[in-house]
Formats: sequence, C-alpha cells, structure tokens
Amino acid sequence: MVGVLCSRVRVEEKALLETLRRRAIPFERLDEDQVQFRLGDPHRRYSVVLDRSVHHGRSLYALTLLNAAGVPTVNMAQVAQTCGDKILTSAAVAAAGLPIPRTVVTFSRDSALQAIEEMGYPVVLKPMVGSWGRLLAKINDRDAAEAILEHKETLGSYQHGIFYIQEYVAKPERDIRAIVIGDETIGAIYRAADHWITNTARTGRALPCPVTPEIDRLARAAAAAVGGGALAVDLLEHPDGLLVNEINYTMEFRGFVDGTGIDVAGRLIDYVLQVGANHAAVA
Amino acid sequence: MSIAMTATCPECEARVKLTPDLEKGEILQCTDCGAELEVAETNPVELRLAPEEEEDWGE
Repeated sequence: MVGVLCSRVRVEEKALLETLRRRAIPFERLDEDQVQFRLGDPHRRYSVVLDRSVHHGRSLYALTLLNAAGVPTVNMAQVAQTCGDKILTSAAVAAAGLPIPRTVVTFSRDSALQAIEEMGYPVVLKPMVGSWGRLLAKINDRDAAEAILEHKETLGSYQHGIFYIQEYVAKPERDIRAIVIGDETIGAIYRAADHWITNTARTGRALPCPVTPEIDRLARAAAAAVGGGALAVDLLEHPDGLLVNEINYTMEFRGFVDGTGIDVAGRLIDYVLQVGANHAAVA
Repeated sequence: MSIAMTATCPECEARVKLTPDLEKGEILQCTDCGAELEVAETNPVELRLAPEEEEDWGE
C-alpha cells in the first residue's frame, strides 16, 4: 500500500492521485489534520509513503517517524531536513564541491552588516526556511541593509536573527529548474520573469530549456549532494557558469509540465513504487 | 459517489461550481468574492475558507 501525505490538494496532488487510481495502485491518503503517529509502532500498512505536505515542519516529523518505523519515503527525512533549510542545502552542495553563489551566514546584525559591506551591493537576504520567494530581500545599499537587518531581528522569530547573505547574481531574467528523479534529470525549464524573483509561484513563466550536459551533470550532482530522491534543482546562470541556488523536496510541477509536456506525476509514481520495491527486496 | 455540482461559498454565500473529480483538501477560488476555499468534505460537499499561508510552507 502506498501512503500519500497530504495537506492541501493542488493541481500536482490531483495529478498524482489520478495517476494512482488510473493504474489501480492501492493507496491511502494520510491527511495531515487527521494522521497520528504512535511512536514505537511499526507502520507496516505502508510499503512506501510519498510526501506532498506544504508544511516543512510537519513534513520533517512525519518523514522522520516513518523512516524510524522502517517505512521508506519519497523523499527521505534526511533529504527533507537538508532541502527545507537553505543554509543546510548550501552547505551540503558546497561541501560536494559544486558551485553556489557566494554565501555568508552570520548570527548578529553587526556581523551581517559587515559581511554585506564586504560582499558589495546588491546582496540578497533569505530566510532559512520558506519557499515561493517569500521574504527574500534584495538590498541595494547600506541604508536598506541597516533597516532590513533591524526589522528581521526585531519582528521575526529567532530564525530571522540567523542571517543568510548571498551575492546577487546578475542573471538573465530567468533561472533554470531541473527535475531529478533517482539517477536521471528528466527535464528542465526556464522560469522567466520581469522581476528578480523568478518563482513560477510568483510571476515566473515556464519555458522549455534543453538539458545540456552541464545542466544534467550539475543537477544530478546537486541532488546526490543532499541525499538524492525526487528533487527540483534550481540553477542560476552566472556569467562564469551555472550555480546551484536551491533544491526543493516536495516540488510543484504544473509549470514544468506546461513547459515540457513531461508527465511528472507518472514519473514520480514510478519512482515511488521503485523505492518501495527496493526497500522490500532488502528488508 | 455522487456529489452536488455546486456548493455555497462560506464567505459570500455565492454558489461555487464544482467539478465531478473533486478531492478532499482541494483548493478552489470563489468566482464571486475571490476567497480561497478548501474542500472540507466531499459527501456532501462542504467548503471552508482555506488556511492562511504559514511561514514554513513551501515546496
């Protein structure tokens, strides 16, 4: 039995559930507002669980508890932990020797301001948790830096007092999203926008992007660096070459499907079944 | 399972059109008032205001 951890059912979840039904694959939804995990119980009901939660916190605990009970998940808890946190993601990608934008992490306003001044304007400040371009700030001068650092530290939770400072990459008005499933880059799109934030959840438009050998190599290496699975790797086109920006572990893919025609839901379900079968073969 | 093809918007009480392949947890938008709605139940269909986006939401 396949479990599907759900919070809200978006276009992506509808496509996944529809694929499971069409192929007559036994599955059950684990609705976040109803699910209970009894610690220590083996969750033998599920051979594999696909995580489609939008809550990083809930996702992380659900996956950790399932993995602890011997249930494989897509993606695994360790991968979710790394990808759900931009600092951990950048650290894992950089440790694998892959290119990322220049990034500095600091724990105080003074050290953040010093790091920003040393990096040179503009810089980008990102919250360590969050998605869809929320709470990103492009800082063009010292006045803005002082104001935003103070606001973050004063108004935000403790996490906003941990500063993730990144060089602003003067990319063309787009970035690249490649989807890696298992060992394969299944495709890529450009996310084009007039705004510097190119998420399709904002105003980004999906356009087909040929998977060059460089995109393929970097996307697969970045996915492997965070533990592998079914992942969306976002790349930036720096004048000196591609940089790994972010990696998403419960990717939205409607824009990707529009841009490429690739059946992501079908590929994802194939992979989920494969993970379940591999685990059963080993167990 | 048969479901009604419309349901009432909890915000403005307009009749919201539904598709037959409705899923529990699905997000809809009221075409009258624009409110984001979540399908709380499918049989019978019950809509509620969708929860506000939280800080740890993402993909």
